[in-house]
Amino acid sequence: MKKLIQTTAILALMGSAAAADGALNIYNWGNYTNPDLIKKFEDTYNVKVTITDYDSNTTALTKIEAGGHGFDIVVPTHSYIPIYVEKGLLMKAGIPEMENYKNIAPEWKDVVWDPAREYSVPWQWGTTGVAVNTTVYKGDVNTAAIFMDPPEELIGKVNVVPEMQDVMSMALMYVGGEPCTTDKAKLKEARDALLAAKPKWMSMDYGMTEKMSNNDVMASVNWNGSTFRIRKNNPDVVYGYPKEGYVVWMDNAAILKDAANVDNAKLFINFIMDPENAAMISSFARYANGISGSEAYMPEDMKTAPEIVVPDELKSAGRFNLSCSDEAQSYYTAIWTELQK
Amino acid sequence: MASQAEEIAEAARVRRNWLLSAPALTVLALGALGPLMVVLIYSFLEPGDYSGVRWNFSLDGWFQIFFQRDIFDDTVGLADAHLRIFWRSVKLSLLTTLTTFVFGFPTAWFIATQPRGRRALWLFLITIPFWTNLLIRTFAIMEVIRNQGLLNSALMALGLIEQPLQIMYTDTAVLIGMTYVYLPLMVLPLYASIDRFDFTLIEAAYDLYASRWRVLRRIVLPIVKPGIIAGSILVFVPSLGAYVTPRVLGGGKNMMIGNFIDLQFGQGRNWPLGSALSMLLLLIVGAALLAYVRVSNREGPHG
Repeated sequence: MKKLIQTTAILALMGSAAAADGALNIYNWGNYTNPDLIKKFEDTYNVKVTITDYDSNTTALTKIEAGGHGFDIVVPTHSYIPIYVEKGLLMKAGIPEMENYKNIAPEWKDVVWDPAREYSVPWQWGTTGVAVNTTVYKGDVNTAAIFMDPPEELIGKVNVVPEMQDVMSMALMYVGGEPCTTDKAKLKEARDALLAAKPKWMSMDYGMTEKMSNNDVMASVNWNGSTFRIRKNNPDVVYGYPKEGYVVWMDNAAILKDAANVDNAKLFINFIMDPENAAMISSFARYANGISGSEAYMPEDMKTAPEIVVPDELKSAGRFNLSCSDEAQSYYTAIWTELQK
Repeated sequence: MASQAEEIAEAARVRRNWLLSAPALTVLALGALGPLMVVLIYSFLEPGDYSGVRWNFSLDGWFQIFFQRDIFDDTVGLADAHLRIFWRSVKLSLLTTLTTFVFGFPTAWFIATQPRGRRALWLFLITIPFWTNLLIRTFAIMEVIRNQGLLNSALMALGLIEQPLQIMYTDTAVLIGMTYVYLPLMVLPLYASIDRFDFTLIEAAYDLYASRWRVLRRIVLPIVKPGIIAGSILVFVPSLGAYVTPRVLGGGKNMMIGNFIDLQFGQGRNWPLGSALSMLLLLIVGAALLAYVRVSNREGPHG
């Protein structure tokens, strides 16, 4: 018995020692983390990294809120950062004092969702626009009419990703409203436009990187990085930035309040603000990263990619979606339910 | 004296039975009833900020299933969106039950009439799809019916069609997928009841000049009825809550109950409504099972 206790104690000590020396648990979107980046971090700091995937912000939030998850780092979309902060789930990790903090591009330093970057650092940012196969439709692609009022050629061939927040916001901007509005006249206009457009859609589905590469779908509401990957497989596909308004988002890496490996998590946060490492993140998932100087290390094809470099005349149409009020959210859900009934 | 000893033995037997089933009952209480109680309680609370619940009693979750306040003119009306989603799921489940029966009955009949030694092999083949995850089976069906998939490529190579048939993202696609996924659940109980069928009864019926149709209707169907009911319940119940297959093959333009519940717990931020919907689904399933129990009790134990 005594021996058993001793053994258990030793094992327990070893366990905690191993954690303190070299473990880091990252909770991130699936197919989003460059394995080479992780390899480099492991080799540099002698830390064993474990990555767990999630598929939506709500999944991640629910799991973290439930506790007992064992994760150190999470990568929520900007609109979720205030929710995490309000619920007291993130740690103030002294990010502004970190060595590589200076590398964050000025426009990403003082952001609405995390003023002064107390909790989070840029991971990647991108836009939600439209992807169109030009063999089917040759007209203007920089418009939300691609799915809100599909041109003749695209009727029955358009997909809309079932991402309520992005689609509702784009629909509201298409009818001249604001995202997260509580203005009922605009909400009604957006609803009517969506209901009128729906019979002309083919589907409301994810997975466009594969389906548009294979010509199963000819146009879709889609993310820029995904469209970049489609174009690599299927050069006929182009990305459009709707001039009526498109959605801009940023995923941010943050340390969780109940992280077990705080030191390693801080090392990692500092690590990904290094331009060369940030470029590794981008070269894998094909989104821009918000770290100055990373361009120098980016693959050549990303520096000029039309999916990444927003045309000057369309820059002002991009809008950050912040988290809507509960009232606005209930309107969103009601319209969304009616759309899919 | 003897009867007293019997009573003691009987009491001991009862106690032993309870003790033996205690682990199973504990697991059932903790693993099934516990979470179910949580769902039930949540359905009577208010939605919390962003997610979760606030601990105030409210009937809104249940109210919202059937009625909705119009967001534009503030009038309260029947929640036609919710009812349509429910009806779509019920309709799809009934159709799936029907198609699995149409394909499953001849299959089960075929297996049951094979030489005894070969039946095990056929049954084994029927269960093979269960070795693979449901999601993977659904994606396999997608590979067959998609525009650039096996079926369309083959038909086009044979010159039978010019343009690919749009099967993906239609109700037909969902029905094909559901039938494929749930077919074994229909075949196995049907086989079990046909297997016990006494085929001399058919000969007797023919000897008495019954027509083939009459034999099927008056002899075969009544005897295999328990198998038909069991198979129908086994297919209907999971179809009702099906989530993956309609989502992947149906293209998500129209929600099923499963997707609708998912919306409430995710982007919809309305856990009480989601919980109430889950409980309602459970009630429907419970009603179907009760109906089954009553029918099979009335049938008596003759099998």
